[in-house]
Amino acid sequence: MEIVNFTPIPAFVGGLLIGLSSILLLGLNGRIAGVSGILGGLLPPADSDTTWRLAFILGLVLGGEFFVMWGGDLRAVLIEANTPTLIAAGLLVGFGTRLGSGCTSGHGICGIGRLSPRSIVATVIFVAVAAVTVFVVRHVIGG
Amino acid sequence: MARIVAALACGLIFGVGLAISGMVNPAKVLGFLDFTGRWDPSLALVMAGGLVVYTLAFPLVRRKAKPLLADAFQLPSRRDIDPRLVVGAALFGVGWGLAGFCPGPALTALPFGFHKVYIFVGAMIAGSLAFGLWERFRK
Repeated sequence: MEIVNFTPIPAFVGGLLIGLSSILLLGLNGRIAGVSGILGGLLPPADSDTTWRLAFILGLVLGGEFFVMWGGDLRAVLIEANTPTLIAAGLLVGFGTRLGSGCTSGHGICGIGRLSPRSIVATVIFVAVAAVTVFVVRHVIGG
Repeated sequence: MARIVAALACGLIFGVGLAISGMVNPAKVLGFLDFTGRWDPSLALVMAGGLVVYTLAFPLVRRKAKPLLADAFQLPSRRDIDPRLVVGAALFGVGWGLAGFCPGPALTALPFGFHKVYIFVGAMIAGSLAFGLWERFRK
């Protein structure tokens, strides 16, 4: 194995900000910072408490906008998947995260951070399955 | 009102964190998931950074009777591993591995101006909507 493109400092600093945001949302609003759950609660059948969800999602998008405004470099951003693959992937991510009650944020950070057995199991499963998927796409099908 | 401003600020910090971390770039996420190829360990440090803060601060926050701006903490209470959790996580894993996007980074990447992000986010919302419909028909 060869290590490539490793960016430890931005990765760790970005992770600290993600952790800070998640613990602030808990300490201030009493909520889990799980993006799939927050988004899902906005879609029909929506629950009654939608305004804070909309505000959080708006903040997420604005975060990307601010990154660009502050001169963030997008040249490396590469989306290899073609349109049919992106549609299949989006459907799987949307459905799977709701069925499994969480994604990388809700299970991977907030869930593991409070030592929830469900979140630890879910995170191990989605990382392992994603790794197998990448292996099949890149090294079996892609040869 | 304060809760809405707090949620907006938290979303903003989260989004900036995702952008700085590089996880808004699917090529970097797939570089981490490709353990047998040329490997990019960055995603592990993003998780480590997030978990250091959350794991250390969680017990301190939880000691309070209630959150600063709300009446109660709303935490999941289930501890059982059921088939829905396992199958849901596996379906999510396939989608994540195919595109390199999970929900947070896809939303933060919306303003970057790549039409592929709109396609993914549209499909992700459709998948989440489909789950809501499926739940309703099952009942």
